[in-house]
Amino acid sequence: MTDKVMPRRANESGVPDPFPHMHPLLKENYGQWAWHDRPRPGVLHHVAHTGDEVWTVRAGTQRQLDVYSIRKMCAIADEFADGHMRFTSRSNVEFMVTSQDKTGPLIESLNQAGFPVGGTGNSLSMISHTQGWLHCDIPGTDASGVVKSLMDELHHEFTHEEMPNRVRMTTSCCQINCGGQGDIAINVQYAKPPKINHDLVANVCERPAVVARCPVAAIRPAMVNGKPSLEVDEKKCICCGACYPPCPPMQINGPESTKLAIWVGGKHSNARSKPTFHKLVAAGLPNNPPRWPEVAEIVKTILFAYKEDAREWERMGEWIDRIGWPRFFEKTGLAFTKHHIDNWRGGRSSLNASAHIHF
Amino acid sequence: MAKKAHDTPLLDELKSGPWPSFVEGLERLAGDKDRPYAEMMKDLLGQLEHSYETRTGYWKGGTVSVFGYGGGVIPRFSEVAEEYPASKEFHTLRVQPPAGMHYSTDLLRKMCDVWEEHGSGLIALHGQSGDIMFQGCTTENVQKAFDGLNEIGLDMGGAGPALRTSMSCVGHARCEQSCYDEIRAHRMIINGLLDEMHRPALPYKFKFKFSGCPNDCVNSIHRSDFAVIGTWRDKIQVDQEKVKEHVARVGRKQMIDTVIAHCPTRALSLNDDDSLDIDNSSCVRCMHCINVMTKALSPGKERGATILIGGKRSLKIGDQMGTVVIPFMRLETDEDFEQLNELAETVVDFFAENALEHERIGETIDRIGLANFLDGIGVDVDPNMVSHPRTSSYVRTDDWDEEAGKWFERKKVGAE
Repeated sequence: MTDKVMPRRANESGVPDPFPHMHPLLKENYGQWAWHDRPRPGVLHHVAHTGDEVWTVRAGTQRQLDVYSIRKMCAIADEFADGHMRFTSRSNVEFMVTSQDKTGPLIESLNQAGFPVGGTGNSLSMISHTQGWLHCDIPGTDASGVVKSLMDELHHEFTHEEMPNRVRMTTSCCQINCGGQGDIAINVQYAKPPKINHDLVANVCERPAVVARCPVAAIRPAMVNGKPSLEVDEKKCICCGACYPPCPPMQINGPESTKLAIWVGGKHSNARSKPTFHKLVAAGLPNNPPRWPEVAEIVKTILFAYKEDAREWERMGEWIDRIGWPRFFEKTGLAFTKHHIDNWRGGRSSLNASAHIHF
Repeated sequence: MAKKAHDTPLLDELKSGPWPSFVEGLERLAGDKDRPYAEMMKDLLGQLEHSYETRTGYWKGGTVSVFGYGGGVIPRFSEVAEEYPASKEFHTLRVQPPAGMHYSTDLLRKMCDVWEEHGSGLIALHGQSGDIMFQGCTTENVQKAFDGLNEIGLDMGGAGPALRTSMSCVGHARCEQSCYDEIRAHRMIINGLLDEMHRPALPYKFKFKFSGCPNDCVNSIHRSDFAVIGTWRDKIQVDQEKVKEHVARVGRKQMIDTVIAHCPTRALSLNDDDSLDIDNSSCVRCMHCINVMTKALSPGKERGATILIGGKRSLKIGDQMGTVVIPFMRLETDEDFEQLNELAETVVDFFAENALEHERIGETIDRIGLANFLDGIGVDVDPNMVSHPRTSSYVRTDDWDEEAGKWFERKKVGAE
């Protein structure tokens, strides 16, 4: 008998306790904060009931971080921020310092290291995004590339607070939309039914599960070339791609047919209006690496129309609620088509059941 | 001899521009010739360039796990391994960060050390569910990498039909608007249900998210099955002198345009002496006025959370936001938190027993109706759960008196 080494048994420690990692001033004032203001874009200033003050400098990152970039941030945190930092849900990094004097040199150091300072208040924050071609098994595009291209072009809007209210953008590499809801969302939109590799279906796919996955019951079992496979009623198919993850032989992507769509007006905050989902405004855009110029052009058109016309504190969706969709399409020069009219379940509630008309 | 790097003319275009470039980071790793991952990262760049050329992805899933756990590893095998052999296995480990994403440089450096030794040197901070994503590991090294990360105090996150890694906002640690201890709630619930994360046995994924106030900075209403959103039940705290200072600074028109007129329920009015009149019983805790006047206004003193259940994206019945199941749960004492924990367990149990395969809890509620769901988890109906009562007459009301009796009974008990 050979000696078989048992693998190490995991310590099922769960969510780590953050207190050993938290900046000492945040720990001391936990639950004791009184108010905050923003001395400049990229800097937050919080004051506690105890009188303690902390300045936070926020910087953008590429999210997909190599160990060199992480160690560079660590060196900056050790030099200025007592060896602590935290991340926001949009992959921004935050350094906390105990005096305002330290913010200047910290900002300089971050800029020198290539991390832009900003993302606070009425700015465009980092675009939250998904994995794409780098790592996903079902991607239609590369979110990291789309985001890098857009953030290069919109750098000024990250480092300045010139928007009417905060702008939260997202990207997603398939219609599952892992990137989430946003003021502007750039998402893959498939434009053809899946192309089925019938030689592989029987071995790779659990066919009843794939049939069950289809939202419009367009998939049924079939024998093709003497092998058990699946077939798609292409008249019914809405090209959503839901069958692709459980059955990779149902290839939904195509170099030309995978398109990008732009959605606007999503908001998770309850401030003023209730949270909303984003709405489709443009589709059929080419998936054009490495810099997706057609997408960037429309995003900038929408963003700058909002910047120019929205009132203070209006989010993208609230601005459109006020000016109306006809003016949105007029201002952005985008086409309004039959595809903008929702025909999914519950879609009737999005129709205008009134004589309220924007002229 | 080390292999030459692939030509990557398309990716090279993503090295210019002011935003930090992930391509430069990948190249740093590929050029790290003393490291075992250099060859892997060279081929990874080659495959990614190939994706950019052909506009096609080349990863497929599979089965890889660590000893004792059923989930947390995202296996990736290359479909073009013949051309790019060194990155033929490029798995991700999803790992839970400290709640609130606080790091000491000591922890980050240890993470880097482990990942340099056993992985690729590429770490995403963070994935959309809130995981640290250690991207790029061979099948052989997955266990070693996990052991190394586990020994520095980190544990695997969720994947597949399981409890997923959770996220909480900065909250109590650095925000005056925080209405409950998010870190406590986050760790209590997730660590209590950890078995559901490590050994996937639920009908489908289940996500919790914790936001300290209705600004909902971690987007819990759209993106979680169980959203805990901080709120308060008593009056907004007002410092009228600070209100007056604000009006003096910005002007009365600006105050009316940006604060009074934006109140969604017309609960605000500016008094003649520039102090603020708040109709707290009409206020819906939207946060807008507090966001604008951070020094003058703050959430009330009786704090807790609203709990909304069923948020998710399109698949398969269309987008759903979480909807109110508990309008207010006080979250101050140990007993309060225990009550939250019990609710979380009850809802996950209900989901495990009643959801169909590949059905999110929001879809279950859609299928069975909110009233049946509430009955199943033992929660009474409340008008805060609806935008308005039903408009359709297609409902059987034989037991109307009995149901109305329950309402009056609860009112009576509540008043005592």
